[in-house]
Amino acid sequence: MAASSDRNPPPFPATEEPGAGLSDMADGDSDEGEDIFVSHSDPVAVSRGVSQPDRASEAAPDLFGEEEASSTLAKSNGVHSDDDNDLFSEANMEPSPDKPSSSDRKELPTSSGPCSPSSFTQGPAAMQPTSLEQLEEDEAKDSFDVDVAVTNPEKVGDGMNAYVAYKVSTRTSLPMFRSKAFTTRRRYSDFLGLYEKLSVKQSLLGCIIPPPPEKSVVGMTKVKVGMDDPSSVEFVERRRAALERYLQRIVAHPLLLQDPDVREFLEREDLPRAVNTQALSGAGFLKMINKASDAVNKMTIKMNESDTWFEDKFQEVENEEQQLRKLHAVVDSLVNHRKELCGNTAVFAKSMAMLGNSEDNTALSRALSQLAEVEDKMEQLHQEQAASDFFIFEEMLADYIRLLGAMRGCFDQRMRAWQRWQEAQGTLQKKREAEAKLLWANKPDKLQQAKEDITEWESRVTQYERDFDRIGMTVRKEVLRFEKEKAKDFKSQIIKYLEAMLQSQQRLIKFWEAFLPEAKAIA
Amino acid sequence: MMEEVKEVTSILSVHGQNVKVTEVLKDGDTLTFLIVSQKLSGTGEYHVDRTYDDFEWLQQHLFSQDDEPGIQGVIFPPLPAKAQVNASAKVVKQLGFLALGEWQPYCKALEIFLRQIATHSILSRNKAVEIFLTSSEPPGRQRVRKNIFNRLSQAVEGMRKEGHKDVDEFFQTERDHNLVLTGYTKTAAERFLDVVLTEQKIAVACGHFSAALRLCVEAGEDPDKQAFSKACVKLSELFESMKKNITSVAENNVNTLGLGLDLESRYQEAEKEMLFRRTCKLVELETARRNAERAKPVKKAAMEEVKKATETEFKHICGVAKQEISRFQGARVEMLQQALVQWCEKQLLTARQNADQFNQHLQVFRGMA
Repeated sequence: MAASSDRNPPPFPATEEPGAGLSDMADGDSDEGEDIFVSHSDPVAVSRGVSQPDRASEAAPDLFGEEEASSTLAKSNGVHSDDDNDLFSEANMEPSPDKPSSSDRKELPTSSGPCSPSSFTQGPAAMQPTSLEQLEEDEAKDSFDVDVAVTNPEKVGDGMNAYVAYKVSTRTSLPMFRSKAFTTRRRYSDFLGLYEKLSVKQSLLGCIIPPPPEKSVVGMTKVKVGMDDPSSVEFVERRRAALERYLQRIVAHPLLLQDPDVREFLEREDLPRAVNTQALSGAGFLKMINKASDAVNKMTIKMNESDTWFEDKFQEVENEEQQLRKLHAVVDSLVNHRKELCGNTAVFAKSMAMLGNSEDNTALSRALSQLAEVEDKMEQLHQEQAASDFFIFEEMLADYIRLLGAMRGCFDQRMRAWQRWQEAQGTLQKKREAEAKLLWANKPDKLQQAKEDITEWESRVTQYERDFDRIGMTVRKEVLRFEKEKAKDFKSQIIKYLEAMLQSQQRLIKFWEAFLPEAKAIA
Repeated sequence: MMEEVKEVTSILSVHGQNVKVTEVLKDGDTLTFLIVSQKLSGTGEYHVDRTYDDFEWLQQHLFSQDDEPGIQGVIFPPLPAKAQVNASAKVVKQLGFLALGEWQPYCKALEIFLRQIATHSILSRNKAVEIFLTSSEPPGRQRVRKNIFNRLSQAVEGMRKEGHKDVDEFFQTERDHNLVLTGYTKTAAERFLDVVLTEQKIAVACGHFSAALRLCVEAGEDPDKQAFSKACVKLSELFESMKKNITSVAENNVNTLGLGLDLESRYQEAEKEMLFRRTCKLVELETARRNAERAKPVKKAAMEEVKKATETEFKHICGVAKQEISRFQGARVEMLQQALVQWCEKQLLTARQNADQFNQHLQVFRGMA
């Protein structure tokens, strides 16, 4: 499944001349734009509406070539190296302020939707996020070389110390993993632990870390008591599906996939027990994000945005979160009514069965009994529809609400980076003033120290400025990636839903067709 | 102002089997029903308007046909409970299916009531029926004298007499069977109503989802935003059509099987009442026989008279009752069959239409970039 052998060589900058106009041409229908590049990229990419790397023209050709040659090498460290980021900074200074979104989109690495484990192949160069162009190239194949699945929930142990272990299976052709297919068992706190580790590392860089499903004391207590009753079964299934989506989103993220903790989570036989996961209860998670927001609000120096992109986006994110919450509530109500319908239908079916049994007229009795059976089958359909509504829409909306929360966290991280930079500048200023004072007061012995301080803080200021720029860039990238994922995700879930509904409907038609002759046979 | 209706029988001058309740008009708090009947001779029609009180007037007249032998053996077509504009919760519950669908099922129930009366060999001869269907004036609203079918007294005595053992195996079986069926039918009707009400709730929720999705549309040239917005719009349309579909499903349920179960339930109750009247008469007969036996010579002749009269009445009632039961059994099977067939055909049609809709939507989504 290694794509490298199939890969077409990336287009040389000279031949790639689409210019910024291309995305305009694409006109919302990315297939149009793709056709032009069909010779350069994997046909699979065409249907995915992936952006084309026209930034390549700005990249130094040797870097490009260098990246290509080393594309098959595994790089274990997922963190950007500074050199490459400097290159990015230059490259990214160019997007015109009035069209930030469309030009940024071209830099966007994309990957397939997290909801369905896809079997697309991802070029090995995806392992080198240091080259943005390279990323685009390989994402242009829109291949995805890691499949994860979370299955087989099993209760381990007894009583209040019992827990549920899930089978985590990975299929991959990426060389960075030890083998092509492997499984391991993990419990919920392991997933939380992974999230915690990633948050600490990656959010500093502005990545959106997909949040895992929330803790539920009520849910788990029921499971500990016994896994057989319907509400426990539903709880475990819901959690299993959420954990699967969580992992799929993580491995779909090119940066996170590089993280050794992720690899360890997927591969390692025995994982040390994660501690400190108390902070990550449902409420705790939100608290964490809000704490970050509060810290930002308490900032005395107001940030002066060089372009309004971040402010606008933040506002959009907040609005969107509100809308999704509303949608979620409405879908929840729909799901509950469907469940109610299941119950009503079952009860009605029973009452018709009783009626059929008591009926003297044979043909009528038979028809009534058949009716009861039809209603039983319809109850089954209603169950499936409720599950569809729930798992396809409600859970997806819940995921995105959490993701938007994580995104807000990223924006906050950027603000904090800015704050650090500003504070460092303030400190530098003070050091300079101190030096001036010393010069004036003519204290040469302390001067040396002062000069050393200044040097130190100058380099810090530079570092923090660089960090701030880098995080800003990452946040931009992440936001655009998120929007792309969201549009794709949404669409593919809707199609899934429609397919399920159509199937249900066709089964319903068969039930009615079978019943009609029975009804006619009565007289 | 109508003259007092004399209990004179006549032949009905209209076709009983296609009396129609064509419309219902709201006049403040009152509901008025338009009834159309075809003349037997020629091609004319009678158009009359009646309120619920007029229906009750008719029913009272039918109940008070004292001179008709064995009238107590008749299974009287059941009149639905009174419909009200802005009905209270209690009334709505009592009406069940008939309270739904903007009174359309209710009109249908009234129509069936009139048809059953107008085609009944005994009842159709009551002049009140002719007046009700043909007179342009509304029938008089005078209180008819108290009749033998006072339900209150029945309820009080019911406990004692209902279980009274029968002398005739045919009737004992019928009573037992009726008891069982009445209970089950009522339950089935109530549960089906629950199904329909939940379907209506689902329709409302689909509408809300559709509306909320429209609010998610985002302006902007960003292709991803446009893609997402377009998906929201299309999904909103999908849920709008899902709302229509489930509303249809609920309507089909009400108009066919719902109405059928409601009618069956009320008709079983009517049979129950008839059987009870007969049982009461049986108890009366047994009492009369005992009295005649034990009477002192002075009273003996009088008691014998009473006994003989009661015996004759009872015999007439049993005769009519047997006929009615046989007719009833045939009619109810036919009615239920019709209801089931119509229900199935309508739901099948709706399901096919819905599948087509889903298919179309699916094509649209698949074709979207």
